Amino acid sequence: MTRRIDCDVAIIGGGLVGSSAALALRGMGLSVTLLDKGFCGAQASGVNYGGVRRQGRPSEQLPLSQRAHAIWPRLQQLIGIDGEFLRSGHLKLARSADDMASLERYAAEVAPFGLDLELVGHNQLRERFGVMGDLVGGSFCPGDGHANPRLVAAAFAAAARRAGAEVLENTEVAGVSRTFEGFALEAGDVAVTARSVINSAGAWADRFARAFNEPVPLERTYPSMIVTEPLDPFLSVNIGIEGGGIYARQVARGNVVVGGERATPLDNPDYSRPHSDGALTIMQRASELFGPLRHAQAIRFWSGTEATMPDRNPVLGPSATTPGLIHAFGFSGAGFQIAPGVGEVLAELVRDGQTATPIDAFAITRFSPASQPGGALKQQ
Amino acid sequence: MRERPPPLIVGAGPAGIRAAITLVAAGLRPVVVDEGHACGGQIYRQPLAADKRDDRARYGSEAAKASRLHRAFAALGGDIDYRPNTLLWNLRDGAADILRDGTSRRFAYDGLILATGATDRVLPIPGWTLPGVFTLGGAQIALKAQGCAIGRRVVFAGAGPLLYLVAWQYMKAGVDVAAVLDAAPLPAKLNLLRALPLAPGIVLRGLRMAAELAFGGTRVQFGVSGLRIEGEGRVARIVYHAGGRERAMACDGVGYGLNLRSETQAADLAGCAFRFDPRDRAHLPERDAAGRSSVAGVYLAGDGARIAGADAAEAAGERAALALLEDRGLPHDPARAADLEHVLARIDRLRDLLEAAFPFPSHGAGDIADDTLLCRCEEIRAGDARRAIARFSLTEMNRLKAVTRIGMGRCQGRMCGAAAAELLAAQTRRDIGAVGRLRAQAPIKPIPLAAGLSIDERQHDPAH
Repeated sequence: MTRRIDCDVAIIGGGLVGSSAALALRGMGLSVTLLDKGFCGAQASGVNYGGVRRQGRPSEQLPLSQRAHAIWPRLQQLIGIDGEFLRSGHLKLARSADDMASLERYAAEVAPFGLDLELVGHNQLRERFGVMGDLVGGSFCPGDGHANPRLVAAAFAAAARRAGAEVLENTEVAGVSRTFEGFALEAGDVAVTARSVINSAGAWADRFARAFNEPVPLERTYPSMIVTEPLDPFLSVNIGIEGGGIYARQVARGNVVVGGERATPLDNPDYSRPHSDGALTIMQRASELFGPLRHAQAIRFWSGTEATMPDRNPVLGPSATTPGLIHAFGFSGAGFQIAPGVGEVLAELVRDGQTATPIDAFAITRFSPASQPGGALKQQ
Repeated sequence: MRERPPPLIVGAGPAGIRAAITLVAAGLRPVVVDEGHACGGQIYRQPLAADKRDDRARYGSEAAKASRLHRAFAALGGDIDYRPNTLLWNLRDGAADILRDGTSRRFAYDGLILATGATDRVLPIPGWTLPGVFTLGGAQIALKAQGCAIGRRVVFAGAGPLLYLVAWQYMKAGVDVAAVLDAAPLPAKLNLLRALPLAPGIVLRGLRMAAELAFGGTRVQFGVSGLRIEGEGRVARIVYHAGGRERAMACDGVGYGLNLRSETQAADLAGCAFRFDPRDRAHLPERDAAGRSSVAGVYLAGDGARIAGADAAEAAGERAALALLEDRGLPHDPARAADLEHVLARIDRLRDLLEAAFPFPSHGAGDIADDTLLCRCEEIRAGDARRAIARFSLTEMNRLKAVTRIGMGRCQGRMCGAAAAELLAAQTRRDIGAVGRLRAQAPIKPIPLAAGLSIDERQHDPAH
């Protein structure tokens, strides 16, 4: 028998974005139904590297990122656990003088945003941070850090549920359409009607955008990660590198998480696994950078399914075709840190139709001029 | 035309040995990858170094089978590409990644027979991580491979036929076996009488072992519950409930286990479909009577596919190899294949009765004390898991792993996964089959970061 739910807001996708939006909306007193085709926080939100990093983001993301930055230290009050969030600092390394110049340019560019970046030289890398290898220097962002994604995403969903959101897992949205009063969603044996819909379906979000005539060039990417057995503490900061190729952090328990390279999808493209070569490559790079890793064992590889946009910025904001529909997806491998801020912004967009945080750069219309109001006419 | 890559056999226990012999007889030259230093698997494990014991002393009633398999495998010589002391750590797209002496290698295979065997299944009890506590299989390995006992005065506790076999082997080796503490109640053993017509030799041998233990002064106790192991820094005594009261027994070694669990990670990485098996209380790779998995060219044999013992493993290894030959269009013996399936079906009926005679104490999962370690690698206690299940409304094993770290450590759930599933099922009042299974990830066992990039034998060694 079909169960009928009527609510203010239906959220498609229970990742960190959808779950934090659900919690923020409950805080405003709106009724929320959060739907996930699997388990909340089990996809990219829950299996990502866990970097809580502002450094390196394009300047248009920094207002949103700063908003999220204020939320991370308050997780305990907000969701009941601290999510193993550590304000360890984020150190971005430079392998060449060119890369170092690039870090210097970035530091100058984002100075107005107050990231307090500190440029450090080769000797300091070794003395202060224990990083070896053939490096020129780095840029240190003391306020950044890392957290446990497996806990944070699940805890936002659990907190939303405790706050009264209807959280429906293993409930895939088969269809969503605009009605006179709002939206109608079909999901298994559940029929939901809602005034507003948030599309936070991650790597599956393009399907829902397309249903409202807003096709997007979303591509799936599959980051590849490994984790070591627990080791004595040697790495106090979250490590990245200019130009990419490796990132690493050591958790409180002692395990070192190292990412880099790309995995590839399995026969079912919703799932992926790292390639042996990719995993061995990042293991080798990591053992070159950090002495203690030379005698360590890797105990697990994994990957996740991430939605990436061509310009590496997310799609965030109201639909251009359908009133009441709001998109939030395509975080392009850098969604974990800003997601709690995105949740607040989404709640404001639902309640007020606007937000004080600048998000114009993330409008869905940037990919499809024809879908802009009047766009088709202008072309003629 | 390029030569076809060789078939790969993973495991050199009874199933892997029989598979290798069968493929060689048909003119193929399989690669045999095995973690052991010598063939035999766990059941017919060979000593690390020659000691004074002969096969009769080492393998008891199974000595003839052990010797026959060891000799037959040795006789294969250069007809197989044998890789002992070698870990298979990943499988993908027809290529296998292996590790030996700290170096990773990769080669292509065409046809895969997984004979990956089993390890002990345990439910945590208080004190199970004290020094001096071994799994039943671990206690047996110490005796077979190293000629060592796990203590001077030893108690064996748990469930399953292995309980009596290991206790008897210890007694025969001259160790003081203080007690066999069987979780199954005595009436369950009536199933052994029903099994008698199916396999009189096996049943009578088991009954004789139990009788010899009892006559030799070992306390054989049925219907045991509430096990706990105590001691300061190491095992000093075992405490248990039986016959309506609590009893204690001094000992300095405990062998503990609740039957066996299949090693299925390689089948998972190979892409095999899984299905819940009520008898083994585990999700196992699907296979047909011949051992074909859901993936073309991947075959499953032995305890790694489903617990059925060494005799079944031999038959299943040979049967799987015949299926590989048939699927490859090579000559094979259909009559022999039919005989083997008949043998396997008979052993399967016997296993049903043995499982009834040595039932898994499934009620025990709900009784695990909150402060008992559930996951040794990540040091997660039963109470931590229970709180996480409640807080996050967990109903599924991979979510339990994600939130608690159970199954994320060095063993990747091989040791703790079965117990965590039982605990999750008990707390959420679900059937054990309804809580899912831990998805396997490479590496199957830990590999060094310094392993370097794989030496690709597909380019360096085209002769294979």
